Amino acid sequence: MVETVAPSQAARRHRRIRSGGATGLSASSGIGLGVAVIWFSVLALIPLIAVLVETSTGGWSAFWATLTDVQTAAAIRLTITQALLVTGVNVVMGTLIAWVLVRDHFFGKRALEVIIDIPFALPTIVAGLVLLSLYGPRSPVGVNVANTRAAVFMAFLFVTLPFVVRTVQPVLAELDRDVEEAAASLGASRPVIFRRVILPALFPAICAGAALSFARAISEYGSLVLLSGNLPLRTEVTSVRILTYLENGNTASAAAVATVLLGVSLLVIVALDLVQRRVARRG
Amino acid sequence: MSIEVTGVGKRFGDFVALDDVSVSIPTGQLTALLGPSGGGKSTLLRIIAGLEDADTGRIEIEGRDATDLSPQKRNVGFVFQHYAAFKHLSVARNVAFGLEIRKRPKDEIKARVHELLELVHLEQFADRRPGQLSGGQRQRMALARALAVKPTVLLLDEPFGALDAKVRKELRDWLRRLHDEIPVTTVFVTHDQEEALEVADEIVVINEGRIEQVGTPDQLYDEPANDFVMSFLGPVTSLGGVSVRPHDLEISTEDPGGGVAGTVVRSVRVGFEVRLEVRTSTESVQAVLTRTEARGLGVVDGTTVWLRPMLGAPTVRPTGLLVPAV
Repeated sequence: MVETVAPSQAARRHRRIRSGGATGLSASSGIGLGVAVIWFSVLALIPLIAVLVETSTGGWSAFWATLTDVQTAAAIRLTITQALLVTGVNVVMGTLIAWVLVRDHFFGKRALEVIIDIPFALPTIVAGLVLLSLYGPRSPVGVNVANTRAAVFMAFLFVTLPFVVRTVQPVLAELDRDVEEAAASLGASRPVIFRRVILPALFPAICAGAALSFARAISEYGSLVLLSGNLPLRTEVTSVRILTYLENGNTASAAAVATVLLGVSLLVIVALDLVQRRVARRG
Repeated sequence: MSIEVTGVGKRFGDFVALDDVSVSIPTGQLTALLGPSGGGKSTLLRIIAGLEDADTGRIEIEGRDATDLSPQKRNVGFVFQHYAAFKHLSVARNVAFGLEIRKRPKDEIKARVHELLELVHLEQFADRRPGQLSGGQRQRMALARALAVKPTVLLLDEPFGALDAKVRKELRDWLRRLHDEIPVTTVFVTHDQEEALEVADEIVVINEGRIEQVGTPDQLYDEPANDFVMSFLGPVTSLGGVSVRPHDLEISTEDPGGGVAGTVVRSVRVGFEVRLEVRTSTESVQAVLTRTEARGLGVVDGTTVWLRPMLGAPTVRPTGLLVPAV
């Protein structure tokens, strides 16, 4: 008897909730939702659609011609590989720096906390100048990476440094020490505790930081434009390529490259999200 | 003796958490470390587990010197106040953790986890996440996890501290029954004297980094070593400069000899008991009697009464010396 009644009751309750969700917004949450949607549309959705529309004006063949252009293809390849490499480095180094900032106490920790954010705060062209004077032809430390792919890598590293650090840091700070102690008293060594207890807890934050870091790197312009030399086929990145197309009045091609960047960014972010969900579910 | 603590001292900066503490904890019993917050009882438990290093002194577990052993090698089970669950693992995997670390065969782990989940009545929650359990269930899971590796001693740090009163009471009874079933040497920290009196075989009272008294619940209640132990274990009032429990006072309306005279200035009835405040020439004394006794005596505000400790009642001079019963 109970079994036959229970599902129908549950279904009714479910329906009620759903109908409530469609019409039952209070005035304040209705306004909130409206503002959020307008804000998001004006700032993100409409410009993104404009890029897609612009891309489509040239038609499929123009789109394909742009992407298969040797110089453009090289730029896309360079940007994506360097961005992936940098993201990989950031995942390791960012987690390590976050660890040091949260777990260790040392002289100058506060200063380091502030310095980490400088790549955020610095206008990217200023970052470019700093990198040029430090690692350019007149380098005071004797490292000259100007006009090489290393310059692109360095510039990406510089601007994406804070992302993983800043996403992992608060999660690590919130992590209960109890949990590690519990693992230790159950016989787990330090490396095992890190791998089986700490890392799973940090994993979502690391993924989020990696996604941000990748998206930032793939769109970088200011910080590398001075040091990399923008040599076609060698050190030219996509954002420089887009600017060149725009300067030549070829907006459809510029939009085509932008669309590819958009697609790749989306792909990486979604992939990271899927991986993170999968790890979270595995238990 | 299962755990032998010798001359253990521990400081945190200027704060002395433990001051030359020595105590023996008997095998197979349920021992409570009882004392006020910040008294050093949790620190002592953590030192026994190896989660904290003692500045001085030695720890022996089952005859083996454990002073310099890492927590991983002490084979102790530890249960934390806030569960310390592995949130990303299912309940079964939480319990299996210690066995997986030890690389036990899969079948053995499965059987042992099943057996433990049954023991703590969580078998139907094996695949849930700790986040989906109530506080009491999470603490039972933590207990199963600690027991999984068959520890030589089980240490519980305020295990019921985060739970509400009703669940607390249930878990307390359950822990006592569990201990009777699996008599592993167990030490638990609590600041709740009722919890200690009810559950423990033996109580170690710790205050300000020192041990005040060790004994069975009855010993501590009936023969408190000093004023602190007496007042920590139950209500205390002062009569003629001697500490005595309010319900151990004999009240009469005529001088029985050896009594102290006073006037009832306030009487409050709470359920079955009547609480009196009696003003003597030197002090204000609290006394408790049953409703029937109060009726029989006919005490009301303003009545003159004589007070004296009952025969055999524990009394303590505030200097710390036990006064022989009257």
